[in-house]
Order: sequence, then structure tokens, then C-alpha cells
Amino acid sequence: MNIDAIQNGIVIDHISAGRSLRLYELLGLEKLDCSVAIIKNAHSEKRGKKDIIKIDADIPVNLDVIGYVDPGVSVNLIRDGVLVEKKTIDMPETLTNVIFCRNPRCICSTEQELNHVFKLTDRKNKVYRCLYCETKAT
Amino acid sequence: MKRSLISIQDFSVEELQELIDTANDIIARPEAYSECCRGRKLATLFFEPSTRTRLSFEAAMLELGGSVLGFSEAQSSSAAKGESVADTAKVISCYADIIAIRHPKEGAPLVAAMNATIPVINAGDGGHNHPTQTLADLLTIHREKGRLSHLTVGVCGDLKFGRTVHSLIAALSRYEDVRFVLISPEELKLPSYVKKELLRERGIPYTQTTDLEAVMPELDILYMTRVQRERFFNEEDYLRLKDSYILTPDKLANARDDLCIMHPLPRVNEISVTIDDDPRACYFKQVLYGKYMRMALILKLLKESGSL
Repeated sequence: MNIDAIQNGIVIDHISAGRSLRLYELLGLEKLDCSVAIIKNAHSEKRGKKDIIKIDADIPVNLDVIGYVDPGVSVNLIRDGVLVEKKTIDMPETLTNVIFCRNPRCICSTEQELNHVFKLTDRKNKVYRCLYCETKAT
Repeated sequence: MKRSLISIQDFSVEELQELIDTANDIIARPEAYSECCRGRKLATLFFEPSTRTRLSFEAAMLELGGSVLGFSEAQSSSAAKGESVADTAKVISCYADIIAIRHPKEGAPLVAAMNATIPVINAGDGGHNHPTQTLADLLTIHREKGRLSHLTVGVCGDLKFGRTVHSLIAALSRYEDVRFVLISPEELKLPSYVKKELLRERGIPYTQTTDLEAVMPELDILYMTRVQRERFFNEEDYLRLKDSYILTPDKLANARDDLCIMHPLPRVNEISVTIDDDPRACYFKQVLYGKYMRMALILKLLKESGSL
């Protein structure tokens, strides 16, 4: 299967197979007018299968979202058909308004315009907890 | 630099010792501290009812020569008009030098601290943290046992929702050779994440049991807790579990002579009043020590924020 190379945009590569739709949703890519390709189960030398997202526009993407959903993903910036920057995304220390605290006892549930902030408390087990009530993100 | 106390883990072991030393000095020489906070104001922002914690804070500030202002229920504050905690903290910062806040929502004191320009003390946020209760507990243990290390600590009752228990375990697990005996009904066991993060990952030994009398002879400390009605969504569960453990003189038959019986209070019926005169009953001393630790805390935070 062939997908055209992009001239100016972003390629999110090495996504664990099956996680691309979660990334698509959390990055809000459905709101874009440009072409967005989701490639599922592409061949990967290292892992057998991987997902790829290609965005045919040079837009800002929230790297924290990528690091939270699938640490180790590569983000490639393409300009004039040339790879100009490649980043491997690690788990972010904090997440702001990416995921939301569902604890009804948390101050997040009532305080006006309070950012929902989660902190990485256990890197090995990828555990994030609400900054305010310490409830584990699920 | 502004310094607040939101969780007991905000303070190092050295800082906890500094507070204990100050509290002991206040107990020994109260007159030396009676004017320390002259002209300073403590705002007690109590968004849910609490008699003892609020009065303890107020007594602490008054004994330091300072003044107090505040409210004791949300209905008599601007929260009733819909004001946010963040705005309340900003406004109170214009009136007072330090804030003690109790709020039913978990994390509200942190939001206050993030927005206030003065130190904020968490006086209890729902079932989450209650660090000044832990300060009271630490001073009590230190004065009664002469140490905070080499202890077998039994915690009994509601270990699931009991914030005082979680904070106490977090604090004591940082001292050498402390072992915990977790005594509760199955439904109110210590949450697995607390066991994992505070005990297992730090290599702290603990045992779990439902049988209080069986473990009684092992204990240096017995920390009783109340099953709190306000933490249950379901009244039936509360009624079923509320009388799980009631400490009576016969249950102390095998206890050590130097056992220290503690309780954060208020008690309902977890400790029979017939135990009150037992020299091992320390829960009313705990109340007194709580005031002294709050005095030490107010002094520390005001000094570090440059207000003293």
C-alpha cells in the first residue's frame, strides 16, 4: 500500500500497532482540514508491526500527548519534502489538560477553569496521578 | 520565599525534627513564645465543619500572640456565592499573613497555595491529606516513646478512607526500623497503591490482619481510627462496618505496659471510655501536642516566608 510522501508536514512514526487512533483522537486531528493518513499495522523491522500518522500540514502538535500515549514514538518534521528534524518522544513529567481527573471528590470537579494536571509518579510502570487528588490516571 | 504545607511529605525528616524540637521548647518555655506573632494574622478558612482542628489552629496562633480571622462553614463564605478557591486565596492574602484551610474537595489546599501570596497550611482536604494531624501524631509518639524509629505500629479501623493513617504511614516509613501492622475489615483495607508506594517499594515490613487481639502483644503503638460516615456514598456499607473494632479493657489484656494508644479523634465508640484513665491512653495528649506542633509550624512558615 502506498501513501504519497508529504512536502510540508509531520510524520508520527514508530507508533505501537493499534495506538494510532487514540493519538488521532487526543491530538484533535479530526479538526484539521488538511490530509491526514493513518497507516495501521505497517511493516516494522524492529517490532514487526507499527502505526504511522502523516499530517500534510506544518501544524503544532502536542508532544506531551504523544509521549503519554506511546513513549518512544518518532516525530519527523518535513519541509519541502526533506526531513529537517526528528525527535524521539519520551514520557512527559507533567500533562496539562490532556487527560481529565474523574474523581468526583477532586477540586478539579468544581473549581472554575482549573487546569487538569497529571504528574508522572512512576516512570517504570507509566503511572500518572492527578496533581490535586493524586488519583491514578486510567 | 513562601512555603506551604500541603502534604506531610513536603517536609524532610530533618524539618520534622526541627518542628518537634520547637514544639518541645514551646512546651518547656511557653512564655518565650507568647509574643512571637504579635501583629500577625492567621486566616482559618474552613469550608466544612471542624471544631477541634479549627480551634487548635486558633489557640495556637493566640498563644503565639497573634490574631485570627476566618469562617467555619462554606455557607458563611463567598463560596456560597460561587467564588473559586483560587480567588478566595488571592483575596485572603490581602488580609492575613498565613492561611489554614479545610475543604471537602481533595486538592483544594494546593489550589489555594498556588494562588495565595502567603503560606497555606492544609487543615484537611476530604479524604486526602491532613498533615497537621500527622505532626500531632509524630510529637505524641516522640514524647511517649522517646523515638520515631524502631517501632511496631498497629493501625486499626478504616484504613481505606482514613487520611490520617495514610499520612502517618507516609511519615513514619521514612524512619529506621519501623514495622506496620494493618488491622481492618476486608472492605476497609489499606489501598493497594498506598501499600505499594509507601511500603513495598521502600522495603518497609508490614502485615495485614483482621484480628486486633492476636497482634496486640507486638505493638508499641496502637493507632485507632473512626469509620467515617462522610466518606461513604452508601449508608448501608457504613452501618455494616462502623462497629468493626471497639477497643475495650479486655482486648488490652495482652498489650504491652508501654503501649501508646492513639486516635485522631473525634471518636464515636471505637475506644471505650473506660480506657480513658488507662495510662497507655494518649489520645487526649495527642490533641494538646497538636496545638504545640501547629504553633511550631506557624512559626516555621512565617519565618521562611519572611513575615517574622
